[in-house]
Amino acid sequence: MNALTLTLIRVAFLAVLWLFVIAAIGVVRTDLFGTTAKARRARSRPPQRQPQRPPRQPRPGRGTPRFLVVTEGGLSGLSIDLTDQQITLGRANDATLVLNDDYASSRHARIFPQDGQWIVEDLGSTNGTYLDRQKVTRPTPVPMGVPIRIGKTVLELRR
Amino acid sequence: MPSPALGSQPPEDITAGRRRTELSMLMFAFAIVAFAFASTAFSLKGQRLSTFVAIMIAFIAIMIGAHLAVRRWAPYADPLLLPLAAILNGLGLVMIYRLHEAGRNGNAGPVSTAGNTIPITTLSSSAVTLQIVYTVLGIGCFVAFLVFVKEPRVLQRYTYLLGLVGVFLIALPAFLPSSISGVAGTGAKIQISLGGFTIQPEEFAKLALAAFFAGYLVAKRDVLSLAGRRVLGVDLPRGRDLGPIALIWLASLLLLVFESDIGTSAVFMGLFVAMIYIATSRTSWLLIGFISFIGGAFLAAKLFSHVGLRFSVWLHPFSTQNLIDYPQPSYQTVQGLYGMANGGLLGRGLGNGLPYWTPLVQSDFIFTAFGEELGLAGVMALLLVYGLIVQRGLRTAVMIKDPYSKLLAGGLSFMLALQVFVIVGGVTRLIPLTGITTPFLSQGGSSLVASWVLIAVLVRLSDTARRPPPRPIQEEGLTQVVSVK
Repeated sequence: MNALTLTLIRVAFLAVLWLFVIAAIGVVRTDLFGTTAKARRARSRPPQRQPQRPPRQPRPGRGTPRFLVVTEGGLSGLSIDLTDQQITLGRANDATLVLNDDYASSRHARIFPQDGQWIVEDLGSTNGTYLDRQKVTRPTPVPMGVPIRIGKTVLELRR
Repeated sequence: MPSPALGSQPPEDITAGRRRTELSMLMFAFAIVAFAFASTAFSLKGQRLSTFVAIMIAFIAIMIGAHLAVRRWAPYADPLLLPLAAILNGLGLVMIYRLHEAGRNGNAGPVSTAGNTIPITTLSSSAVTLQIVYTVLGIGCFVAFLVFVKEPRVLQRYTYLLGLVGVFLIALPAFLPSSISGVAGTGAKIQISLGGFTIQPEEFAKLALAAFFAGYLVAKRDVLSLAGRRVLGVDLPRGRDLGPIALIWLASLLLLVFESDIGTSAVFMGLFVAMIYIATSRTSWLLIGFISFIGGAFLAAKLFSHVGLRFSVWLHPFSTQNLIDYPQPSYQTVQGLYGMANGGLLGRGLGNGLPYWTPLVQSDFIFTAFGEELGLAGVMALLLVYGLIVQRGLRTAVMIKDPYSKLLAGGLSFMLALQVFVIVGGVTRLIPLTGITTPFLSQGGSSLVASWVLIAVLVRLSDTARRPPPRPIQEEGLTQVVSVK
């Protein structure tokens, strides 16, 4: 038996074994972070590659918040990217941000964009939603960095 | 965490394609096992292609069966658990085949001479067939579990029954005569052999006890985590709440002494301590458990000679008394160490090492055989595969909402990790050697079947954890109408 062949086989086997481990870690990664942005874009994009650009969104400039950050409460430290979708807050499973807070209602409040501003609206919660110290009774614009209080949870918009 | 769904459920488009991922990872695993067989056949003499093809077809058929069962009965399950377990199972088959060929068909192997007192490894000619039969049995139990247990919480109803079954199975060998329960040459009493058929009840007892601990701790965790006082910065539980842990501690020490089974007793104790820690998130339980087990083990080592011998072999394997003088208690450990040293970084290649010189290399010491033939690089990959199984299990525990299932998933994953740690730590001389099997790799039916049942429970739990919530039919209002499948 040729010693070189043997060496090649054994190194190749180890390489394949490690490839398996790396592939498995890739699956774990997909599971944690979702499909990569590139793959998702490729899938959702229709075949024609350069359609006329959709009307440009105003670029997130100095005045536009980009994250919703939880500053107090059980989820403290968590931040959510702001897109053009509304964000629902509450204890219900289908809320965008599921609050693990005994003082929050299942569908507590929502935050949605309108005319370049983010608006907070209470959805008939039991304990109310507060913007800074003011109780939110009707849809109210949220300035950046002003705390929104829901039960023990405090959130704010940040750049 | 970038996903706004907060780790409750992955988005739907990810869940949908998971079975295809599982199948492709499974195919990858088949390719590696086939490569391993081919490489073994290349190095050994007198091999017939038909044997390998037959083994591979059997293995692939079994695993595809398991995959179809997962598709049918656990469609949302984690895609990695099955392929990871399958590759370990397959590599175990390759190694058992390789060991069984040693000394046959003109291959190098142990030479048994008349005056030889050293126990050497010779596997019976049916070893590989038997291991395949065990794999079939294991996958059979895996599928049966998925079919019959649709909802993991069903197990919670049988908490105390499972506890009784577990204790009974663990205690049984101690009460049987050594002729039935003793393992030849080791002094351990851990099995039941009747009419040539041997089972190790402890393998199944561990699973039953994990389910029992989960049920018990869900009921008791409030009192265990809230009552108590703070001493020196550590929250100590109340004296009367220490009862159960004291009982488990005592039971594990009794196991140690009467069955001489240090490995299982460590796994048993570790499982309980880890689960109580998961349930209460109090560090004091870890301290209490760890210190009392170490203390108990040292006491047992001083009082009972067979336990003391294990410690002596661990600390001084190369001493004249342990290595040269009859009955050479550290011979096995030292052979295993030399085997791994012979393998080095990249190993000798499958079929090219001398693993058969280590006694019991097909069960307790199979890890050293892999160390010799695949080298450090190979065993690190194997350890990572175990690590990934454990990671998937713990991830399931994090995702699932029901506390009983959470504890069960956490406990079972930890148990697998602990078992691998105890045996790999034992053969590499990190901790005293204890004879337990390496999950999925070792020869032996009980261990393989029990490991597959463990994977079945994790698959079922992960299916429950990842099942998307029922869709609301009408959107608004507080009362929702949902469709329940």
